[in-house]
Amino acid sequence: MVEERILNSSFLNLNTEGVELTREEFLRYGRHLIMPEVGLEGQKKLKSASVLIIGAGGLGSPLAFYLTAAGVGRIGIVDFDVVDFSNLQRQIIHTTNDVGKSKLESAREKLSALNPNVEIETYETRLTSENALEIIKDYDIIIDGTDNFPTRYLVNDACVLLGKPNVYGSIFRFEGQASVFYAKVGPCYRCLYQEPPPPGLVPSCAEGGVLGVLPGIIGTIQALEAIKLILGVGEPLIGKLLLFDALKMRFRELKLRKNPDCPICGENPTIKELIDYEAFCGVTPEQALHATGFEITPEELKLKLENGEDIILIDVREPHEWEINRIHGSRLIPLSKLPEKVNELDQTREIIVYCKMGGRSARAVQFLRELGFTRVKNLAGGIDAWIEKIDPSMLKY
Amino acid sequence: MPVKVMIPTPLRSYTDNKDSVEVEGWTIDEVLLNLVDKYPQLKRHLFTDDGRLRNFINIYVNDEDVRYLDKGDTKVKEGDIISIIPAIAGGKTKFKAR
Repeated sequence: MVEERILNSSFLNLNTEGVELTREEFLRYGRHLIMPEVGLEGQKKLKSASVLIIGAGGLGSPLAFYLTAAGVGRIGIVDFDVVDFSNLQRQIIHTTNDVGKSKLESAREKLSALNPNVEIETYETRLTSENALEIIKDYDIIIDGTDNFPTRYLVNDACVLLGKPNVYGSIFRFEGQASVFYAKVGPCYRCLYQEPPPPGLVPSCAEGGVLGVLPGIIGTIQALEAIKLILGVGEPLIGKLLLFDALKMRFRELKLRKNPDCPICGENPTIKELIDYEAFCGVTPEQALHATGFEITPEELKLKLENGEDIILIDVREPHEWEINRIHGSRLIPLSKLPEKVNELDQTREIIVYCKMGGRSARAVQFLRELGFTRVKNLAGGIDAWIEKIDPSMLKY
Repeated sequence: MPVKVMIPTPLRSYTDNKDSVEVEGWTIDEVLLNLVDKYPQLKRHLFTDDGRLRNFINIYVNDEDVRYLDKGDTKVKEGDIISIIPAIAGGKTKFKAR
């Protein structure tokens, strides 16, 4: 235990000299102060620490709340989005009244109300290769609360280059992962996965869904790991990948090793500065179809349907999505069932494929084109765009 | 010899929604080949066209990454749990880096 504490306190070098707590803070943090693992010194460490949260969304909400409540001195949040109704199922920092408001403004309000002692800094921007180092360099710990591959690799690389710990979390449906990537003392994200999957091969949360409580659990674990790093107590998730299965209520832990051939933190790194992460992660099937013209707009589709043109309209979503809404005249073939149903489709007729937002249907179009279907197109923006442009009376989810 | 292979959520639509399947094999390569034999749709998600395991998929025997054991030749024994751990990215998809 003593050895662990010495080991861990070497992770962050926080200077608590001259840091004092006010009378109100003694009361506020009383439950921390009476714990030997925190105590007055630990609370001062929290107060002198700074944490950057990237994304004020599902993971960012519980993260920001708990770190603010714990008394982390300075919290930065990067986001550029506005609050949408579909966020409220899991992004608990935003309320119904905040819909349409900037996420940063909404978050700042709640956090300042929770703990006015915490300095909240907001960055209303995308994190890019141009601004990442500049924003990240002023923080002790970085927490990636976003969940797309370009940002994931960008945050990883920026943290490795600046020597910062990166508290990682990822969620999908009812499964989550968490770890701490800290290249100074352990592996980084690229040690685990050198390259991202080609776009479109792995479904995103917007397509696959996520249980609203799940980011609460994973985000809270990330907050806990950040606090442990600040306090220098316990065993952080460095070199370990925590897997959580909400349905089985099972936690597992896998070993992560530092890869000596890692392109950024290995023995002979080839990446020495930030790169173009969109290009690195590739174009999505959707973007590719858009560029090559194998796409149809909602307006064009409406015209074809009105003119009674001979088209096969295929919906590649899941049956439970089809029950909520569908375009009249379409046939349901979920993406995973397409390979076995493909023989039922007539190659000579025009085929138009849609899903919710255009991602899954783009994969379907790609798949059909590989099989030799030439008259197949993707409905740009999916049924969401159809509702927006053609039929706002339809239910939206 | 049958071993248990844990299937991650994103790939379950290719294994009849099973979260784990029993597959025969004495090494990781054998287990994975038998797995994609049983569920052919999994193949393109696990392997590249020239048959290499994809870069964003890691295979674990119990809690150890096979890259740090004998890779595909890693031996498996009864009771071992094989896990397929793909890179996942859910969450804020709109929040793209540029």
